[in-house]
Amino acid sequence: MITLSHYIVLGAILFCIAVAGLFINRKNVIVLLMAIELMLLAVNTNFVAFSRFFGDVGGQVFVFFILTVAAAESAIGLAILVLLFRNRSTINVAEIDSMKG
Amino acid sequence: MNTDLLQLICFYLFGGVAVIGALMVIAVKNSVHAVLSLVLTFFSMACVWLLAEAEFLAIALVVVYVGAVMVLFLFVVMMLDIKQEVVREGFIRYLPVGIVVAVVMLVEMLAMIGVKSMHAHTLGPNPAGESNVAWLGKALYTEFLLPFEIAALILTVGIVAAVALTLRQRLGVRHQSASQQVVVQATDRVRVVKVPVEQPASVSPAPVVAPPQENAP
Repeated sequence: MITLSHYIVLGAILFCIAVAGLFINRKNVIVLLMAIELMLLAVNTNFVAFSRFFGDVGGQVFVFFILTVAAAESAIGLAILVLLFRNRSTINVAEIDSMKG
Repeated sequence: MNTDLLQLICFYLFGGVAVIGALMVIAVKNSVHAVLSLVLTFFSMACVWLLAEAEFLAIALVVVYVGAVMVLFLFVVMMLDIKQEVVREGFIRYLPVGIVVAVVMLVEMLAMIGVKSMHAHTLGPNPAGESNVAWLGKALYTEFLLPFEIAALILTVGIVAAVALTLRQRLGVRHQSASQQVVVQATDRVRVVKVPVEQPASVSPAPVVAPPQENAP
């Protein structure tokens, strides 16, 4: 019998893997973007599970909007990445420090 | 076999594949393989969502994410010329801190979720009735109509921003201008010049008149 906790634990595991990916990959912006997508997927899983188990349609509608915003975000992020690679010839996070932040 | 047990087996199968795919995303050397692993993860999670009877979102995940966003990722990864060995620098150095943070976070989350609540909520009757799409669509087009329109606006802004960011005008490169080519008139292309007929000076004493030259200089 699948319980609510199964879905939440799966979401938590995926989220933590994505956080580990953010820490490990300091050299590749593409993998960082993919880790963010993984985080959004984990959160969406939680929304879907809560929506199903509590019978509220709002959760699934919210997942729909998260998918929309994430698609726009990844499109713009990849456009910025292409622009960055064209100007600096690198996608190394450590070398992108021209703003001295 | 009992349906509940079958569902549980499917959940562990798809969840396990998703977790393995996620681990491969952050661990493999080749960026193309990482994107393909992410596709595997998304597909497995779509199956998990199907188990939660969110059919529309599962199909949307496959169509929108695997079909569009991941192909965009793959396109960018293949287009950029990335040196793999440079990308891998510092992997071992940051590996311990990454694992520690992830494990601590996971333990905290699991403690918060609680082992006791493991069997608290079991799958009840489907609140959607017979059709998940109708359930979602009714809410989306009545209660959430304004956010739906705003989402369309966000997508439009995303398209325009992505095109505007990557569009580049290179200076000093000759290229065609389609609009100018379309509006061109025949009089712009060909100019008829009237040239007076001349006879060469050397031929003038001869009694025979030279025929007029075809190609006037």
